[in-house]
Amino acid sequence: MLDQSEFAFNELRHLVSERAIKGETMLLNMGPQHPSTHGVLRLLLELDGEIVVNCFPDIGFLHTGIEKNMEAKTYEKAAVMTDRLDYLNNLGNNLVYCMAIEKLAELDVPVRAQAIRVILTELQRIASHLVWLGTHTLDLAAISVFWYTFRERELILDINEMVSGQRMMTTYFRPGGLWRDVPVEFEAAVRAFIQRFPKQIEEYEDLLNENPIFLQRTKDIGILDPEVAVKYGVTGPPLRASGIAQDLRKSEPYMGYEQYDFDIPTHTDSDTYARYLVRIEEMRQSLRIVEQALDKLPYGPVRSNNRKFVPPPRSELGTSMEAVIHHFKLWTEGFDMPKGSVYAATESPRGVLGVYLESDGGPKPYRVHWRTPSFDNLQVLPVLAKGHLVADLVALIGTTDFVLGDIDR
Amino acid sequence: MNEEIQQAITALEERFSVEAEEFRGEINLTVAGEELVAVCQMLRDDFDFKFMEIMTAVDYWPEQEPRFHVIYKLYSIEKKLRIGLRVPVAGIEPKLPTVVDLFANANWREREIWDMFGIRFEGHPDLRRILMPHDWQGHPLRKDYPLGYEEVQFSFNAEEVDQDKPYAKE
Repeated sequence: MLDQSEFAFNELRHLVSERAIKGETMLLNMGPQHPSTHGVLRLLLELDGEIVVNCFPDIGFLHTGIEKNMEAKTYEKAAVMTDRLDYLNNLGNNLVYCMAIEKLAELDVPVRAQAIRVILTELQRIASHLVWLGTHTLDLAAISVFWYTFRERELILDINEMVSGQRMMTTYFRPGGLWRDVPVEFEAAVRAFIQRFPKQIEEYEDLLNENPIFLQRTKDIGILDPEVAVKYGVTGPPLRASGIAQDLRKSEPYMGYEQYDFDIPTHTDSDTYARYLVRIEEMRQSLRIVEQALDKLPYGPVRSNNRKFVPPPRSELGTSMEAVIHHFKLWTEGFDMPKGSVYAATESPRGVLGVYLESDGGPKPYRVHWRTPSFDNLQVLPVLAKGHLVADLVALIGTTDFVLGDIDR
Repeated sequence: MNEEIQQAITALEERFSVEAEEFRGEINLTVAGEELVAVCQMLRDDFDFKFMEIMTAVDYWPEQEPRFHVIYKLYSIEKKLRIGLRVPVAGIEPKLPTVVDLFANANWREREIWDMFGIRFEGHPDLRRILMPHDWQGHPLRKDYPLGYEEVQFSFNAEEVDQDKPYAKE
């Protein structure tokens, strides 16, 4: 058997340039345990001195076979696995999976559930951007921002815990609505966050916007051409920072996004600093959406009344035989879905998050495929990195804002 | 059906043998493998579907023949429209032409399909496994691949477990 390193080199020989084979450039391994690779990304770098000539991402270290596992579970049980994909956008993953089921089953979602879904996913977007901001600046040696952003993220995780009992792996959205209604303290907690957060954004901006070190590390670094971005299927803030105002919340509104008034922040500089500005502005817009949704949060049920897909409430079980039958059927077999395939897409903090769901008419999904934004956004990294210094590569990894759980599935 | 999509379908039907169907508001075209690249090219250049949103495969073993369907969804940012393609692929030595030249992100997506389903993409610049280890045998998302478990290797049973591993030994 070939030695591992020998195998790796023979296999990758066709990728590197002639100069690497002659020994003029150096091949260097970065990761998968490198702290700035945000998880378990391995990069094979071809370096000329300190300049990146070529960069080959190697992924799959976090592959957990979620797509295969979901095929072996009923629709409702498989929902638990969706949290584990993009672990910074758990509620967004729940949302898109439920949307695909609702589309295929033509299941209705009550308006109150829709509004709560919007509030929580927008808060999650802020939380995700806060992790990005903290770690991105940490990579660029500005450690203090990290403490501030994680302080505010904690408030959002507290809200998650309040509604679902879990800080991260929530599985709070279920097909046809929510697991349960939000508790009474929910509104006050979100209002307190809305009150507090704008000042905090200003605080981050005071620290970074005119910080000469931050500017030097981010301005004109990793310019992403709009045409290249579209060709590589880049979505989310990197695409919008390249001047293309593409946002599924506007172009194909779901969950009642059309009722809310918000802007799509864009920038034309296409560099790392522009992506920073776009994401900061996105947090403000998310806050606007949350505020509007909270102001007109309607009262009513939070789960569909379609008993073929949604289990009856506990209170009915004592009085209705039919409710007992439905309860038993749904929790033992699950529900049968109509035959066919659908694709549902949402705008996650990282870009277009989609689910392709195919059903053969049975209680288990026949095929689930996750279109994860990080997978496509990472592919553009070698294009961005070419010609930059290794130190800038760290900034580029940060600005791509990928989550390895999202890439490897 | 949207007018502009209708136009695109009419234009495609004139030149190629495509079949359109609508389900839950989504339009899917069934395309033959030989015509795939030309259809994609036409959709991209003439009808602005420049953005490849997803690319994946489904295995219908053992019920259906051809065994695999490869699925593409193309999106037009300007027109805000989405169109799906479905390409049937036979099960013996499954292969398709690559679309890497048209959509750069197809590179990893085709590698993923090769890794998970064993469908070869002809003309792909770098068709290696992407998610599974490079020495893995089999293609996990096929329906005849059992959802099984690999025994965890500890120091006390390392050699024992190693004997059952599929890679070549001397």
